[in-house]
Amino acid sequence: MKTERLALYGLLTSLALILSYLESLLPLSFAVPGVKLGLPNIAVLFALYRLGGRGACTISLVRVLLASILFGNLFSLAYGAAGASLSLLVMLLLKKSGKFSVAAVSVAGGVAHNAGQIIVAIFVLETRGLIYYLPPLCVSGVAAGLLIGLSAALLIKRADIGKK
Amino acid sequence: MGFIRTHKNDILLIFALLILALGTWGLMLSSRKDGGEAVVTVDGAETARLPLSRDAVIIAGGGEHTNTVVVENGEVYVSEASCPDHVCIRQGPARYDGQTIVCLPNRLVITVSGTGGGPDAVVQ
Repeated sequence: MKTERLALYGLLTSLALILSYLESLLPLSFAVPGVKLGLPNIAVLFALYRLGGRGACTISLVRVLLASILFGNLFSLAYGAAGASLSLLVMLLLKKSGKFSVAAVSVAGGVAHNAGQIIVAIFVLETRGLIYYLPPLCVSGVAAGLLIGLSAALLIKRADIGKK
Repeated sequence: MGFIRTHKNDILLIFALLILALGTWGLMLSSRKDGGEAVVTVDGAETARLPLSRDAVIIAGGGEHTNTVVVENGEVYVSEASCPDHVCIRQGPARYDGQTIVCLPNRLVITVSGTGGGPDAVVQ
């Protein structure tokens, strides 16, 4: 791996981690748990479009692992990893199809993240009733995903870092 | 906005997701019924079954992981919790069949179940 690329991986991972921390300071869950902006996804989307799928996966999963160790626990690792993996899978597929812009990729990723966490919570807590959280989380995921996607699109266009 | 290329597909995807979510949400809200009791589980094991018709306060969990569960006016809610995020408290009261209150850090789940309006007690 070239030094410049390695540095960019480190930079984006630490950026995603800081955004995780910022997000943990902003509690948005009122009626339904799990509502959040998804700020770290700005770094992940940037990596997806600048470094490709492998970069985005590395940065997202390292971010989840470090965030759980630093600000969470073993359970937040399970929820975070499930959400991040499903979200990455959906975003990779949508980006690969070439039919969607950054904003739509982000929206689908946000909704997939929430869905992944709910699915794991249903198994961990053995409570099927949690499926009722999915529709409101889907709506909040679309709104947050759109905001994050537009920010990421702006960055991908304007920030020269990592451009060949 | 000039900095993104909007495809027709983007709008379609976003609207499809929103319609699907709002549709099922609306269906859920219109079909809900008052629940009869609140089932409290900690770590997957049932610890209490509280009829919503009778006011009660219990402390669920043990050691450093406790949640104060209150039944009042046919609703159940968490008034105090040892968890760091207090999502369970901010979720507010639950009263409808199938509604849940969750505290992930303490692994507490409160599920409202059964239909309301039944007898408080049956003497045999």
